[in-house]
Amino acid sequence: MASRTVAKDIITLRGSAAIVSEFFGYAANSILYNRGVYPEESFAKVKKYGLPMLLTQDEGVKSFITNLTAQLSEWLESGKLQRVVMVIMSKATNEVLERWNFSIETDSEVVEKSVSREKSDREIMREIQAIMRQVASSITYLPCLDEPCVFDVLAYTDKDVAVPFTWIESDPKLIANPQMVKLHSFDTKIHKVDTLVSYKNDEWDEQ
Amino acid sequence: MDAMDAGSLNSFSNLTGQSRWPLQEQMDRFIPNRSATDFDYAHCMLTGWKVKENESVCSPAREAYRKLLAEALNMNRTRILAFKNKPPEPVELFPSENLTSVHLTKSAKPRRHIPQSSERTLDAPDLIDDFYLNLLDWGSSNVLAIALGNTVYLWDASDSSTSELVTVDDENGPITSVSWAPDGRHIAVGLNNSEVQLWDSASNKQLRTLRGCHRSRVGSMAWNNHILTTGGMDGQIVNNDVRIRSHIVETYRGHQQEVCGLKWSASGQQLASGGNDNLVHIWDRSMASSNSPTRWLHRLEDHTSAVKALAWCPFQSNLLATGGGGGDRSIKFWNTHTGACLNSVDTGSQVCALLWSKNERELLSSHGFTQNQLTLWKYPSMVKMAELTGHTSRVLYMAQSPDGCTVASAAGDETLRFWNVFGVPEVAKTVQKAHHEPFSQVNRIR
Repeated sequence: MASRTVAKDIITLRGSAAIVSEFFGYAANSILYNRGVYPEESFAKVKKYGLPMLLTQDEGVKSFITNLTAQLSEWLESGKLQRVVMVIMSKATNEVLERWNFSIETDSEVVEKSVSREKSDREIMREIQAIMRQVASSITYLPCLDEPCVFDVLAYTDKDVAVPFTWIESDPKLIANPQMVKLHSFDTKIHKVDTLVSYKNDEWDEQ
Repeated sequence: MDAMDAGSLNSFSNLTGQSRWPLQEQMDRFIPNRSATDFDYAHCMLTGWKVKENESVCSPAREAYRKLLAEALNMNRTRILAFKNKPPEPVELFPSENLTSVHLTKSAKPRRHIPQSSERTLDAPDLIDDFYLNLLDWGSSNVLAIALGNTVYLWDASDSSTSELVTVDDENGPITSVSWAPDGRHIAVGLNNSEVQLWDSASNKQLRTLRGCHRSRVGSMAWNNHILTTGGMDGQIVNNDVRIRSHIVETYRGHQQEVCGLKWSASGQQLASGGNDNLVHIWDRSMASSNSPTRWLHRLEDHTSAVKALAWCPFQSNLLATGGGGGDRSIKFWNTHTGACLNSVDTGSQVCALLWSKNERELLSSHGFTQNQLTLWKYPSMVKMAELTGHTSRVLYMAQSPDGCTVASAAGDETLRFWNVFGVPEVAKTVQKAHHEPFSQVNRIR
């Protein structure tokens, strides 16, 4: 009996990669919805992390995110993903208005020696839930995106990663002089993810 | 500037809450996290300039920069990748002419002059001084409806003409709510005797009477296409399909006391209701069922007094502003998707009505004792932009003109006042059509 409960809390590299890449999928959807990048009607509600989450029903966006999380999962399993950044840009000028930065620290021992770690699913989900709540409430302090916007996702990988056929190298798409707000973190004991949103200063408020 | 920095630092510590910064992180008091800073880029820029000084004769600066950037990236052993195929661009929500106006205002951002006094004042004798009623509405065809005692008057803003729509009998009246249908032609009139009348304003004919929805007066109404939602003193909310004989299609039960505020979101998906029981409910249209009473999506219990003022944000679809009565005095903002309270501001006075500007990120609130003022707030900073005084009793009702520029307010002092409080969109200014403007004779300054 006791051994069974212990067995349940074991997390492997593969399991951790699945949790983290799934998190990116939901986080991307949530950001696109809450920041109004795509119209409200193109999202449908599902239950996830004990919260109502919204997922895009737009086939194009859906397949983009699916392809993204599949690739991220692969990199996470090899321990070569350092950072994932979602940028929101003005559609008209391509200026970067918002940058959602997810930094990843991977336990290298797990990758090299394929050992496992111990942490319960419940605890990880609770940590992710806290981040998702913060994403949803971020509209209070983030400047209004009062123009049509587009988004892109950047993956920071180790240099020795072979560039997949469908990917290209990109510039970091930084914001000059940004405001930054750090959100909660979560840790699978194999991958630790720190979340931070940086955004362009609103000139109006500074007057 | 200093104050602002302090503010943002505070919000930092709130967000991180219990967790202190890990010591190994690179940080200081002013830049709490540098992970969004690109040191490679900074390094490259620094070294780049040096090289440029040394070998200023050689290849163009851009070439050198590119080489150094590549070097810097090699050193750092990080590769930044993105998909070749970009995600689909969102379909444009606004017509492109609006878009250009956004850019124009953005580049210039002139300070707008907000007139401190009302443009016009009309007498509104016998206007009932009752917080729980909704006696003023401005329809899409630019006609303002106001209920004074047992009579509904229509005031056509395009030619300032007044006409009487209906006077009800003493035993049925007084009128407790008026609401224009989205077509600007049909109007619903809620009565003290629990009935609702539907009128065609073009022919001045009554079309039908909705009975049996409520057991007492109907103080609030809201349209969602052909659905007329009514809120009663009995605490019930009823969806009436005005096209069919048995018009009651849904009932929402959740309020214990009079429902005094009702507003559908712009998408028609969510209904916000406020009651004398201090509650705000969010109802989801897709959760409704005809055979059993629908459960609310969210019950928001933070207000400590009756909630009449409700306003859906026109630029953020799941954002709702609510205002509390005399014992509460706060304006609260909600994410209606999660039910989270996003912000709360103490206004110091009863909040009777709330309106969002259609053209700017601004919110207008109307108040009671002590100033009986209208307050214009910048959103989301909630900095006060203007306080408009003139009314001598609480400002119970507000309505916005179809072009979004003018606000009408009716107060317990039995006057109806018009304010040019919201800015004019850049496009509207240039293609202003006289017959659409309620006050074309008044110079509008922006």
